[in-house]
Amino acid sequence: MSVLSLANVHSHYGHIHALKGISVEVNEGEIVSLIGSNGAGKSTTLRTISGMMHPSAGAITLYGKDISKMEPHAIVLAGLGHVPEGRGIFPKLTVKENLEMGAFTVTDHRLIQERMEYGFSLFPRLKERLSQYGGTLSGGEQQMLAIARGLMLDPGILMLDEPSMGLAPVLVELIFDIIKTLNDKGTTILLVEQNALMALSIAHRGYVLQTGEIVVSDTAENLKKNPLVQKAYLGMD
Amino acid sequence: MNRFLQSINARELIRPLGQMVVFSLGSAIVLSSIVLTLALGLDQTAVGLALQDKYNVSLYTYTLVNLPQVVIDGLTIGFVYAAIALGYTMVYGVLEFINFAHSEIFAVGAFVGVEILIALDHSGLLRSASLGMSYVLLTFAIISGMVAAGALAVTVERVAYRPLRGASRLVPLISAIGVSFLLQDLIRLVEGLTTGDFNRIFPSFGNFDQRLNFGKLALGETTINLGISIKSIIVIVAAMLMLMGLNYLVNATRIGKAIRAVAQDRPTASLMGINVNRIISITFLVGGLLGGAAGVLYALKFTRIDPFVGFFPGLKAFAAAVLGGIGNLTGALLGGIVLGMLETFAGSYMGVFTMGAAGSEYKDIFAFSILILVLIFRPQGLMGENVGQKA
Ligand SMILES: Nc1ncnc2c1ncn2[C@@H]1O[C@H](COP(=O)(O)OP(=O)(O)O)[C@@H](O)[C@H]1O
Ligand SMILES: [Mg+2]
Repeated sequence: MSVLSLANVHSHYGHIHALKGISVEVNEGEIVSLIGSNGAGKSTTLRTISGMMHPSAGAITLYGKDISKMEPHAIVLAGLGHVPEGRGIFPKLTVKENLEMGAFTVTDHRLIQERMEYGFSLFPRLKERLSQYGGTLSGGEQQMLAIARGLMLDPGILMLDEPSMGLAPVLVELIFDIIKTLNDKGTTILLVEQNALMALSIAHRGYVLQTGEIVVSDTAENLKKNPLVQKAYLGMD
Repeated sequence: MNRFLQSINARELIRPLGQMVVFSLGSAIVLSSIVLTLALGLDQTAVGLALQDKYNVSLYTYTLVNLPQVVIDGLTIGFVYAAIALGYTMVYGVLEFINFAHSEIFAVGAFVGVEILIALDHSGLLRSASLGMSYVLLTFAIISGMVAAGALAVTVERVAYRPLRGASRLVPLISAIGVSFLLQDLIRLVEGLTTGDFNRIFPSFGNFDQRLNFGKLALGETTINLGISIKSIIVIVAAMLMLMGLNYLVNATRIGKAIRAVAQDRPTASLMGINVNRIISITFLVGGLLGGAAGVLYALKFTRIDPFVGFFPGLKAFAAAVLGGIGNLTGALLGGIVLGMLETFAGSYMGVFTMGAAGSEYKDIFAFSILILVLIFRPQGLMGENVGQKA
């Protein structure tokens, strides 16, 4: 079943044509990876999906519903989580307040507590930092917080924008393990990465984005063997 | 009810109260010491002798005798400035934009409150009101001014600022200045058409003009009258209650947390399911409510208002917000109190200290000199930081 679908989507920043008609499909239970070099339009794709910017043309549907004209806060409520590029931690809110923000629309305190505990079970370190300001966390801890916060609304599909950026290899490993765990438990994942090797190691399928266009789409296995991908993104000749 | 009481975070109520007391006492003590030292130093000079000649009183005694009243007046206007300054600072904290129309939001609040009281006066209700009733009517006037100003602030944002949000920072600023002139003229137009009079007078009723006397303090051969007018008490207490309420809203409620989140990172806040536009509207609403109340309180204290009544208080409150650190709630409180005290001290003593060369009409120089000095030497203000942070 299709969870998220983009059909011929275009996006602009003023006169800059950042997405030139991309089509992407994400099915229930999948990890789909969007790879591409810096400036290819990966973040723009996620921003366009979550309503932070609106497509200039094309259709975006979430669970069969057209969301292309909806505002981000409404899209989030429709079941889409977005962990943005750079993590978007509120620096002057505590870890606890950051998590509470993630559940802003939830009024049931028990539910909030339950989901927070789930976050701590994934990242025990967050529990020790509960009353610390978000801005004082290390990069890895911020990424953990961003993911835990993204889960506070229990989204059906979670989009992650370069979760490995700037992290030490051990932490990258940990974050990717968690993404895999989340997926095993039923969360559909759309994963944006420059680290193509890592991304393809856990993804089922992938799309390669180049200057605003999808140039290849295939299963993760095949992408790893694709000469273009090997040359451009996996550092092989 | 019990659960409601339990959920109230007492710390968030006590802390701002403590801050207000500290800021008030602190500025009163510092400024009093300065003028008393100056008075002692100048007592035997031409300045002191001139006063002795004219009024047969030493400069030091003159300074001391007037001190209690100066402090009370300074606090009264200081709390009014603080309430207005919070409107500037809240909006700046969330949008990084200076709402220059805020002075007219204040003026509209003042006019609505005063017009309601004038209407009640004409109907005879004010004169026949019992003491308790006169407080109810005053409260009603203040709340009406708040509601009108709050609604106006929300409308102005919706109509004149929101459509310009994507534009460069200068554009909404110009729009704000335009709205400010527009509202001034609108008040003039409405007042001209309905009452034919631009100057409106706060009706005299209740016991607000009376003074409470706490007795006399004997100091050598001089005595100091200790007392405070009831209206000053009302202004200070009402402003304190509102400032505590605002502090509580921002620091201890879910909406307040959302306001802080939006101030820190607007795009990410929207990804939390927060309706950012609604939070921005609430921010303008809260600023407008405070500004409107400040308007009615200002009219209560100074009695006469005209369509330009917002200009100077608005500008000074803006200076106060910058002084405290624009975007910082505690800073607005500090800046308002300090500025109100400073200008009242200057207005009261500059005349005698300069032998009449620079009288109280020059007191505004202080507010604006401070604004300029702060902008040059400490542009982040006394307290720096912004709304995003817990006050
Ligand atoms: N806020 C912006 N304003 C103008 N152009 C932008 C903005 N953000 C991104 N772009 C441009 O859009 C293109 C795609 O950027 P982005 O989606 O951030 O790439 P990626 O995430 O793949 O590195 C780039 O050419 C970039 O310069
Ligand atoms: Mg990016």
